[in-house]
Amino acid sequence: MISFRSVGKTYPGGTHAVAGIDLDIPTGKLTVFVGPSGCGKTTCLRMINRMVEPSTGTVAIDGVDVHDTHAAQLRRGIGYVIQNVGLFPHRTVLDNIATVPVLNGVGRRRARARAAELLERVGLSPEVAHRYPAQLSGGQQQRVGVARALAADPPILLMDEPFSAVDPVVRAQLQDEMVRLQAELGKTVVFVTHDIDEALHLGDLIVVFAPGGRIAQVAEPATLLAAPADDFVADFVGHDRGYRALSFADAGPLPMAQAPTVDFESAVAAARSDGQVGDYDDVLGAGRGLPRWALLVDDRGHPQGWLDRAGLVAGRPLSRDDIRLGGTLIRPGGSLRSALDASLSSPSGAGVAVDADGRLIGTVSAQAVLAAIERSRTAAASPEAEGPVVGFADSTTVRALDEAR
Amino acid sequence: MNWDWLARNASEITSWTLAHVLLSGVPTVVGLILSIPLGALASRYRWAYPPTVTIAGLLYTIPSIALFVLLPGILGTGILDPINVIVALTLYTVALMVRTVADALTAVPPDVRQAAVAMGYRPLRRLITVELPVAIPVIGAGLRVAAVSNVSLVAVAALIGVPQLGQLFTQGQQLDFYTPIVAGIVLCAAIAVVFDAIILSTVKLATPWRRLGRAAA
Amino acid sequence: MIGDIWAWLTTSAHWTGADGIWQRTLEHVEYTLIAVAVAAVIALPIGALIGHTGRGTGLVAGTANALRALPSLGLLVMLALWALGHLPVGIALQTASIAVLALLAIPPMLTSTYAGVAAVDPAARDAAEGMGMSGGQVLLRVELPIAVPLLFSGLRSAYLQAVATATIAAFVSLGGLGRYVIDGLAQHDYPKMAGGALLVAVLAVVGDRILAVVGHFAASAGLTSRRRLWAKTAPYRSSYPAASLSETQPEVVNAARQ
Repeated sequence: MISFRSVGKTYPGGTHAVAGIDLDIPTGKLTVFVGPSGCGKTTCLRMINRMVEPSTGTVAIDGVDVHDTHAAQLRRGIGYVIQNVGLFPHRTVLDNIATVPVLNGVGRRRARARAAELLERVGLSPEVAHRYPAQLSGGQQQRVGVARALAADPPILLMDEPFSAVDPVVRAQLQDEMVRLQAELGKTVVFVTHDIDEALHLGDLIVVFAPGGRIAQVAEPATLLAAPADDFVADFVGHDRGYRALSFADAGPLPMAQAPTVDFESAVAAARSDGQVGDYDDVLGAGRGLPRWALLVDDRGHPQGWLDRAGLVAGRPLSRDDIRLGGTLIRPGGSLRSALDASLSSPSGAGVAVDADGRLIGTVSAQAVLAAIERSRTAAASPEAEGPVVGFADSTTVRALDEAR
Repeated sequence: MNWDWLARNASEITSWTLAHVLLSGVPTVVGLILSIPLGALASRYRWAYPPTVTIAGLLYTIPSIALFVLLPGILGTGILDPINVIVALTLYTVALMVRTVADALTAVPPDVRQAAVAMGYRPLRRLITVELPVAIPVIGAGLRVAAVSNVSLVAVAALIGVPQLGQLFTQGQQLDFYTPIVAGIVLCAAIAVVFDAIILSTVKLATPWRRLGRAAA
Repeated sequence: MIGDIWAWLTTSAHWTGADGIWQRTLEHVEYTLIAVAVAAVIALPIGALIGHTGRGTGLVAGTANALRALPSLGLLVMLALWALGHLPVGIALQTASIAVLALLAIPPMLTSTYAGVAAVDPAARDAAEGMGMSGGQVLLRVELPIAVPLLFSGLRSAYLQAVATATIAAFVSLGGLGRYVIDGLAQHDYPKMAGGALLVAVLAVVGDRILAVVGHFAASAGLTSRRRLWAKTAPYRSSYPAASLSETQPEVVNAARQ
């Protein structure tokens, strides 16, 4: 446990960067310091490895005041990852990762062998081992930065806005990696970010910093969304926090409907037999009063996109414009938020649910998800009240041809 | 310091000072004028950059005294002809400035260049009215180095007998006498400082947006 | 004219003896190397310290500018005069000359050492400290290795400055290749002057090239242009999730369109 006791930091000139903070950071958990810039998050983080010395109060790791440990010695036992990575440009990836073990007197060969293992751990291929930092993409550099921090297997990892300098796609990948890595390693991680979404995604515990270097709230993500301590926190968490809170609510069993589906092969075959208008009509049922939307499914049962029957004209070949791709998927174990998003983002208004192998099991309307949200609220109020619902298991795929006849 | 000696030789020292100013000033100006088109070419055409920089670097490597002595053989001029000094220092100035100009033009923010292209500037007009003005501060910094080192290098030409302030050093050596040496050093430094100040204020005048921008911020 | 210079250079008698080209070249190299070594011993630690601590940067810029504005010939003559009056005659000129060579070689090395260390990415320095390196370790293991390319460019400037000033030093009766220039002028022997000048130019260019090559290999491949070649052969591949129908099964969409 890392504990802050009435820790303050005043810079020459009288600015209070940190004002009397008391905080306990649990061992083996990922704790996020979040808040607008200039709130003392980074200052507090850097107090843990003595890159910054507090003006007042003490910071202790497992009861030992960090001030009583030699700074360099202390730092070698704490992993440190920063926003601009700070890889050494004159050293190869492998030697960068081996830095701390070599400082600690481990032989170069052993340190490199360990570094090579870490490469894999952070999701990098072995071929980057002998490259120099200038030859890596931003995301790869940041992965090397994480590997370097983990090299001496420190129990504590300090991460100062590590992912904010990379583009959003790579950032999302790195965040997912981080969740996976932390599940494997179980380090005591302190993670600084100004991005509340990143905090909610990664954190076991979230510490919200407010201007003036004080702590506004310490809570688990779901609590933070459900019960912000004050206006500042509510404002910082954002206006759509009600919606975001759904991320932390398991979707559970949802009532499934069976959408009309079109077999992929038949649709393509029909399109090929240009001129045979009758067959084409049969397959796609244009203008026969069938539901407007049909789901295209391939021969393995994987949904491929929605077919808009309203746009079909008898005799006109099927075109790409007739297939609408959008829509996220509802996967087993997903949250209510992803279920709601799937139905809202679907062109037909029905979210597509798939099983663990990606096979279609049914569709869910936004209304059904809202009903589920309503139920989970009542369930939270009185746990025994739970209505009967159709589970995932008893859904089957019905082919469009069967339904049409 | 022997002030009497200085007073007695005042007219000679004055003419040497003037010669020194011309011998170092003319190459600085001519070198700048030549290096702008060369630098622009090296900046525009990628293939032209490496050979330009290599030749310039090689030229800059040759010690001035060697160039002063070798040029008469190449140009067919007399060994004492001041034109040798002017050509040699112009070559140095070009060698230093061509790379500076090329790099300064290359460093013009792409946004600025693209905005100019989008507004329909043709390449030459864009160079003169947009890119060069933006590059002025960097070019000015390079020119300051060139001008100041030219002042110091001219003095070396006294060794082969071209009259300017360097004569004060050879005289002092022959007469075993400090006064001319000190006077020469002081005057050389003064010319260098004046050149430096002229370039600095020209850059300032030519880039009013930098001053005003800073004041506003 | 060029034929005369060539004739002077290829006369074998000009290559041997106390005033021979071999001897003069050796002297020139000797003065230059001593001066550069002395300058390095002074400039490297001071430059590194100023770059590391960030203190005294104004001093570096000021000294460098001031020394650039001072005429080297004037300094040389003045110090030679002073030395003749104060030191034993045998070593006075040599000591004074080498002192001036060293003095003029200091600014380029000081500024580039300082600039090289100061230009190290602050993030790399922060990371080094955060990993538990002491100040000395940060300087020796991170900052100086990263500054190597700039250290060498300073070394090259210092070398060129020393070669050039050593030539001028012949005027105050020092040996070296400058002797041919000074003596040739006195004897109205242009081929001798030009031959000497050519040798000086060759010495400057060759030494500069050697230092450039040494510097290229002394610096880590991560810092030099060598990495560009590597980058070409090992391009970075991104792995974006690709899921849309047209990307995964283009032939299907095409077929449907026909």
